[in-house]
Amino acid sequence: MTVYLDHNATTPLDERVLEAMLPYLRGKYGNSSSVHAPGREARNALDLARERVAALVNAHPSQVVFTSGGTEANNTAIKGVAFATTAAKMVLGPTEHASVRAVTEALRHHGWNMEHAGCDEDGLVSAQTLLQAVDTDTRLASVMWVNNESGAIAPIAELAEACRERDILFHTDAVQAAGKVELDFAASRVQLMSLSAHKLYGPKGVGALIVDKAVSLEPLLHGGGQERGRRGGTENIAAIAGFGKAAELAKSELVARQRQVLSLRDYFEQALSQALPQAVIFAAGAERLPNTSFFAIPPLEGRTLIMALDRLGFAIASGSACGSEQYQPSHVLKAMGVATELAHGAMRVSFGMQNSEGDVDSLISAFTSQIKQLQGMGAATAWI
Amino acid sequence: MSVTKPIYFDYSATTPTDPRVAKKMCSFLTMDDGLFGNAASRSHQYGWDAEKAIDEARNNVAALIAADPKEIVWTSGATESDNLAIKGVAHFYKKKGNHIITSKTEHKAVLDTCRQLEREGFEVTYLDPQESGLIDLNKLEAAMRDETILVSIMHVNNEIGVIQDVAAIGELCRSRKILFHVDAAQSCGKVAIDVDAMKIDLLSMSAHKIYGPKGMGALYVRRKPRVRLEAQMHGGGHERGMRSGTLATHQIVGMGEAFRLAKEEMASENERVRMLRDRLMNGLSDIEEVYVNGDVEQRVPHNLNISFNFVEGESLMMALSDLAVSSGSACTSASLEPSYVLRALGRSDELAHSSIRFSIGRFTTEADVDHAIKLCHDKIQKLRDLSPLWDMYKEGIDLSTVQWSAH
Repeated sequence: MTVYLDHNATTPLDERVLEAMLPYLRGKYGNSSSVHAPGREARNALDLARERVAALVNAHPSQVVFTSGGTEANNTAIKGVAFATTAAKMVLGPTEHASVRAVTEALRHHGWNMEHAGCDEDGLVSAQTLLQAVDTDTRLASVMWVNNESGAIAPIAELAEACRERDILFHTDAVQAAGKVELDFAASRVQLMSLSAHKLYGPKGVGALIVDKAVSLEPLLHGGGQERGRRGGTENIAAIAGFGKAAELAKSELVARQRQVLSLRDYFEQALSQALPQAVIFAAGAERLPNTSFFAIPPLEGRTLIMALDRLGFAIASGSACGSEQYQPSHVLKAMGVATELAHGAMRVSFGMQNSEGDVDSLISAFTSQIKQLQGMGAATAWI
Repeated sequence: MSVTKPIYFDYSATTPTDPRVAKKMCSFLTMDDGLFGNAASRSHQYGWDAEKAIDEARNNVAALIAADPKEIVWTSGATESDNLAIKGVAHFYKKKGNHIITSKTEHKAVLDTCRQLEREGFEVTYLDPQESGLIDLNKLEAAMRDETILVSIMHVNNEIGVIQDVAAIGELCRSRKILFHVDAAQSCGKVAIDVDAMKIDLLSMSAHKIYGPKGMGALYVRRKPRVRLEAQMHGGGHERGMRSGTLATHQIVGMGEAFRLAKEEMASENERVRMLRDRLMNGLSDIEEVYVNGDVEQRVPHNLNISFNFVEGESLMMALSDLAVSSGSACTSASLEPSYVLRALGRSDELAHSSIRFSIGRFTTEADVDHAIKLCHDKIQKLRDLSPLWDMYKEGIDLSTVQWSAH
């Protein structure tokens, strides 16, 4: 038996989403740019998905640009703004995803200056702190809606408003937020928002950038003129249809899903603290995603424990999947001011629709038995 | 409105996913099969299973073009591959030179990318093809300069299906130490490709043109001698830093399976498709004033691009609505402009406007072809019966001498 507890890395596809995709992998195979009937059929599927994705985040369908995923959406937003204007300055949130950090690193070669905003001990930036990092040269600010590792939720509407008052464009990477908390593109007044399907039981390889029409963007992918010239390339109809269905379900089931994963998360954190009182839960004081628990059990090294748990059939993470290859401690915890030793112990459990209290019970007993074993071998006495 | 579906003759725009491919993709999606993991997850079995499936697909894609699996970079499609190859090379090698050579009949993904580079200060030479659609190697050689860093020429043209002599172009580029990019979106699985023998440095591939999923492609990037690129999509450092973003396992598995099948079945399938195309061409050849666009010999067996003189293009498309055909490439078919590819070949606006691309594929039958032949005969006759130009032509009036009055 395997227990999957890494839903922030990726989610299994919902069976209902698969049903929505299958027609476009089988009978309905047209290219949405073709004018004949199979082409129009694909075009209709695209339009429906656009409406559904827009509805999930309360945006207008014309504001939705489909991409190949969250990384492309982040690249399109940030480089799109950068290449549509002359080089100046950007301000980033303190704990951004690798795709935002790497894009901005690349933009340094194109003459852009980057500034990281500071944060509090939960890794969150306030409007006041953000404004300390901006000046008259700042063109864009990018702050993630929720952090993928800790699950802490940023005060996005406040940040966006503060930037708007200073004519600074505001982008938010909402990849981990969509489908887990309510998102309102219109009310939050952000101008650019990145989304991904595979974090909300949709397929991998599809995402979207929600763009306010007032923003002029240079496309990342040239050619073909699809997505109103904002993203070239034949649309991935099956995946986009799947994204649309996943968005529709995420919207209609949001409250029920939140209730389910929150009760599991609370149950887990209580049981963890009871069984292992030395456990530290990160960003516990912040408003967090209901499904995410980021913690350490000192003095255990996280990676050792995760590998041992994998052999027992538990899939959990040490942080984000995208950084899984590196052995450096989480940049998120570093920004939060967590000591390096404690950060080396970090583990992330992220719950999903298919988890149960039974999963939590067996995970906790696996923790305790593994810890006993590792302590027996002397492995847990050293951090590395 | 017709109730029955039109017969599909637009395999160059996109292909249905092969049922064998769709079946394999579906096993990498839901919880039931347990193969939905994120390949970048290195802490559990789900991640390793995804990585293993991706490695297998990489082997299959590399095998079709005789490359090393390490030289394959996954992308979201041929448009992204073209963007990555051309901008990636231009940005990385800009200190070495600022000149790029391509041709006027390339796909928009190449042409629009080159236009963007021109705005950034690069110089681009757009070669005129010969009337056959083929590149004149002497003209190519003459266009090469000391500052030329890249030549980008497509293997098979999407509209007219002509096959460029990429081996000869590769030879020329290698002898001048110029990098050579080939857009092979329309040739993978239809024409044999050997990146070493053809001296290709970068090669764009697409899955959905060869019975794989949409939204999936790859770029071949040569390792020896090593080709460097500036990444266009930055992030978690996937694909050896050349292309970041969570790998879409099911999409990649689908492309791998489609390429595996293509390699296995290419010879027999090409023969069958060629037989159908020739049947179509012969069936239409007894209509008066028809012209095949592009070289007939140096051409993929799937394509027939044909112009019916004295028939107006839009009326022709409407009349043939029982057939899913195109009047150009899908990417430009929404516009009423005559095909820029046919214009580059020197076709008149009238002939370019009255062109139809038939593209045949895995699921086309003889009965489909026979139906199309009959329909074309009937409809073209009807349209010409209504056409004053056709009457004048039949009366022997040379239309080019007619003085049209404006009103």
